[in-house]
Amino acid sequence: MELGVAKQEVMGLTGDEAVAYAVKQVDPDIVAAYPITPQTIIVERFSEYVADGLVNTEFVPVESEHSALSTCVGAAAAGARAFTATASQGLALMWEILYIAASMRLPIVMAVVNRALSAPINIHCDHSDTMGARDSGWIQLYCENSQEAYDTTIQAWRIAEHPDVQLPVMVTLDGFVLSHTLESVRVLPDDVVKRFVGQRRYIRVVGHEYKEVPLVLDPENPLTLGAFGMYTHYFEYKRQQAEAMEKAKRVIEEVGREYGGISGRTYGLIHPYRLEDAEVALIGLGSTMGTAKIVVDRLRQEGMKIGLIRIRSFRPFPREELLKSLSHVKAIGVLDRAMSFGAYGGPLFMEMRSLFYDEESRPLISDYIYGLGGRDMPIKLLEDVARDVKRNADRGRVAEPIRYVGLRE
Amino acid sequence: MGEEKLTLKDLAAKPDLLAPGHRMCAGCVSASVARMVMKATRGPTIVATATGCLEVATTILPYTAWRVPWIHNAFENVAATASGIESALKAMKRRGALKYEHVDIIAFGGDGGTYDIGFQALSGILERGHDLLYVLYDNEAYMNTGIQRSGGTPYCAWTTTSPAGKVIPGKPQWKKPIAHIVVEHRAAYVATASPAYPLDLIKKVRRGLEAEGPAFLHVIAPCTRGWRFPTNMGIKLARLAVQTCLFPLWEAWWEDGHPVYKLSGPSEAIARRPEMKKPVEEYLKPQGRFAHLFKPERKEELLRRIQEGIDREWSLLLKRAGFA
Repeated sequence: MELGVAKQEVMGLTGDEAVAYAVKQVDPDIVAAYPITPQTIIVERFSEYVADGLVNTEFVPVESEHSALSTCVGAAAAGARAFTATASQGLALMWEILYIAASMRLPIVMAVVNRALSAPINIHCDHSDTMGARDSGWIQLYCENSQEAYDTTIQAWRIAEHPDVQLPVMVTLDGFVLSHTLESVRVLPDDVVKRFVGQRRYIRVVGHEYKEVPLVLDPENPLTLGAFGMYTHYFEYKRQQAEAMEKAKRVIEEVGREYGGISGRTYGLIHPYRLEDAEVALIGLGSTMGTAKIVVDRLRQEGMKIGLIRIRSFRPFPREELLKSLSHVKAIGVLDRAMSFGAYGGPLFMEMRSLFYDEESRPLISDYIYGLGGRDMPIKLLEDVARDVKRNADRGRVAEPIRYVGLRE
Repeated sequence: MGEEKLTLKDLAAKPDLLAPGHRMCAGCVSASVARMVMKATRGPTIVATATGCLEVATTILPYTAWRVPWIHNAFENVAATASGIESALKAMKRRGALKYEHVDIIAFGGDGGTYDIGFQALSGILERGHDLLYVLYDNEAYMNTGIQRSGGTPYCAWTTTSPAGKVIPGKPQWKKPIAHIVVEHRAAYVATASPAYPLDLIKKVRRGLEAEGPAFLHVIAPCTRGWRFPTNMGIKLARLAVQTCLFPLWEAWWEDGHPVYKLSGPSEAIARRPEMKKPVEEYLKPQGRFAHLFKPERKEELLRRIQEGIDREWSLLLKRAGFA
């Protein structure tokens, strides 16, 4: 059914509140959460909705982030829609269960406010928390602003529960820059959101006592979930996860397009900006790419042929889309807000370098590690980065492959 | 209360929900405990199991021994997992999306997953008051991983991480009083049970399921591999644990702001006739994990301390249960 763009109200919301409001409209069966340091306001706002009777959700205020995700695993296996939110140390504490949730193919949705990992204890923004979880089997969608955090939280259920996917989804938003900053957010009417997310869907198990049954804990059709899988079975599980992740690319785009139909805001795997004739491109994740658009506009006025790509879906990694969009670019500057100690560059740099290995013409790629622990990344520094990438393009080689931006040295 | 229906004759006729053919060890008492627990179910039931012997050996892909919906998540989080199931069903029922009037939820955890790494999650479900039954099958060490000591391992017991050495004679610490700690959480129902008294165990499972709120059943589960005894002695040791008052049988619940402790049949009999109480040596001697207390020479001081420890705990329980 084509609904057409719905009438939308503009609300003043922080990123945290935008996520909480979206979850309220989705009205999942359970929300389980714990306020480790640093804590986010998402769950505080949501518990107000619970206290005021505005949702049907069972709110489970657990005793740790580990239990928050464990509770979501039990709930999702029992057939429920489950949500949790965390940040930084909390995500680190969940690490063990991240893999289990993904491997058990449970479509849990989790908002992660990107914040630095200890030590030193910090609480401010960087991407080291979710980058550490990039191999856990969760879909990772990075938001640029609070509007997108709202929009993506709604889309996340459709992506997670799609029959070809059935994987958990992390919706990430930058700590403080988005989570604590008030923004005008256009929100859809409740009924439009309800219709968009629909009912939860399940993996169909074929051949359970000669029947086809949903993959859920149901006394009528007893299934064993989370069994012991040795070398005879484990590997196939992993292969199927990889396949689901691959299929998720198409689903993320489809859902993003369909969402555009009801909201006027369409989303994809990557969001290029002024890239058509660009010789130089900046690549990165999250809110910094909003600032980078201003930098692109300014440098364009000077005559620099520059554009950018904001990667929205880091997992699955949009390989084909990036190759296609960047085929004409001479030099790329990668913005990494996380480190992989001992590796050659940050996590996104490694992906980008590997991406072009098989290509006949490869752009010059340099890495700019920035903003760790909430260090500011103002327009001036981004301009320096852009000019550095341009210099690489002009001289035809990368002068300094890995640079730290905004660091006292 | 459905208790009058719980006769051994009827229970024997009830199909096993833990099917035979699983790969628990020959002589494993934990398997018998799980089977007895499942005999006590009263309707639609979902089971969650912590990582451990019971989980590993009953669900080796592509097989399963469970005839009920069953889930394993990880080692330390069976309580949280079960609380998620309970909360999910509550929410789905509220929406009219649940096809059952009620579903019982049973969580199985071993001593490692309950006393130690799962303790926080257990405390959490007790505090939040989830309506489910937690069954601790206590074989007193990390048996699945190779007999390492746990908070449930008794004083002086040999394990692979509390070896009986020349200087340190097995585990230097006492067993954590887990069931009493659970009682102090104001749990709806707490009981101890031994598979040597199956009807008592099964009735307690049923009471735990009937209780509104969190229920906790602590079951002693002798392990042939870890305790070092012949495979035909498990139930006998489970009986001796009760007869020596090392593992007395009781139930507890709260009434008018006070804990009510009630001794169960075999332990109540000893309370009334203390001369029935057997010396702990009868329990220790058949077990290889205590062999260093008797060979090459008797460790009189340690044996005395063990007996005193048991006597102390037993008299404390007698006071709680209104004897003495």
